[in-house]
Amino acid sequence: MTSILIIMFSVILTNNFVLSQFLGICPFLGVSKKLDSAVGMGVAVTFVMVLATAATWPIEVYILDRYDMGYLQTVVFILVIASLVQLVEMTLKKYMPPLYKSLGVFLPLITTNCAVLGVTIMNITDGYNYIESLFCSVGAGIGFLLAMVLFAGLREKLENCKGIPDCFQGVPITLITASVLSMAFMGFSGVVEGIFG
Amino acid sequence: MSTIIIPAAIVAVIGLIAAIILTIASKLMYVTVDERVAAIREVLPGANCGACGFKGCDDYAAAFSKDPGLSTALCPVGGAEVATQIAGIMGEDAAEAEPKVAMVMCQGSYGVTRQIMEDDRIYTCKEAKMFYGGQWACPYGCLGLGDCYNVCKFEAVTVCNGVAKIDREKCVGCGACEEACPNNIISMVKKKNLVFVACKSLEKGAKTRKLCSMGCIGCMKCQKICKFDAVRVENNVAKVDLEACRNCGMCEKECPTGAIVNYRKRKV
Repeated sequence: MTSILIIMFSVILTNNFVLSQFLGICPFLGVSKKLDSAVGMGVAVTFVMVLATAATWPIEVYILDRYDMGYLQTVVFILVIASLVQLVEMTLKKYMPPLYKSLGVFLPLITTNCAVLGVTIMNITDGYNYIESLFCSVGAGIGFLLAMVLFAGLREKLENCKGIPDCFQGVPITLITASVLSMAFMGFSGVVEGIFG
Repeated sequence: MSTIIIPAAIVAVIGLIAAIILTIASKLMYVTVDERVAAIREVLPGANCGACGFKGCDDYAAAFSKDPGLSTALCPVGGAEVATQIAGIMGEDAAEAEPKVAMVMCQGSYGVTRQIMEDDRIYTCKEAKMFYGGQWACPYGCLGLGDCYNVCKFEAVTVCNGVAKIDREKCVGCGACEEACPNNIISMVKKKNLVFVACKSLEKGAKTRKLCSMGCIGCMKCQKICKFDAVRVENNVAKVDLEACRNCGMCEKECPTGAIVNYRKRKV
């Protein structure tokens, strides 16, 4: 139980996917202009991360590792994740139209997102078992959601800020804000070991 | 040789399995899309201005599948042409879409009225309105900071010499500027209406006169001259009844301050 909590908290705070490992920067910068779309993206990524881990972990362990073909990992994972997202999209469209409408645009965007691929590969390299992997992806998704929400909030404030020098307006100040946020998350290093250790 | 064939086979098999599952799923979970919705979406202009009352063109098109009796004339951008096309798709008679345009009910430019304060930190009309009712002498007039210009997707609004102007050719009547104006200076009017009182000042005549040389002073001259009983002075400001008005332009000629505007093209 403690190990699962440690995995989850470390992946949310200390090893946050966006702010510490710099995965999934594209949606982090692209979809964080408005708070509600940032939340939508975060929830969609969490959802897909868990599903992708649930599908790829058995493939890695029971097929690739057994035949000693770990080098196929990236290719196979992308293939599996892409078709999985397609499947999920179809299922949602048929059975859960409201959820499809809210996640709609974001699902295809996630298909080849590096944060999703990253979490599935990280689960393997860190040697987690199936349950640990699932919780690790839930944590990674929540961490992504957290980063998105924080950053969207900051950006909405920046929109109304009139004091930015002309040369920093737009993308430059966004990148600087992202780096400051990332540095702020450095403050969490060691916290998780302190709590559970 | 097998070092290549076996991995290739594995990837191929996994890809094949995924393809088969997706094919079966797409058959099983096929969602019937109303063909008419797609056709209507094609016809709509795609400006997503929201003037129809829906979130955008997609929503308006989708609403037809739920409610086939929906009016086909809600799109002011497309006007009668689009209404006819939609009606054709839905198999109904076209409802008449009256084209509308925006009209700025103020002529208070520099020289006509004046600014009583200057503040470079005010960027939008909304801010100006909250800050002591704006920087102009007349608190009822155009604030001239271009909130309407910023929301217009059709480049129909310009702010010229401190007062907003609408290009009646470019305006599609979506009403975005009407909503954006904090002073409610912009009104949506039918395109056939050509004569308006371009002033909303509720001050008494003498005070209006002091604030702006083109304001309505409520002198009643227009009300008296109008043969169709279409102009009335209420609360110190004249108003044209747009239903009764025949665009004759008599009131414009009679107006001592020039507060009444006439868009009718004069015959030379």
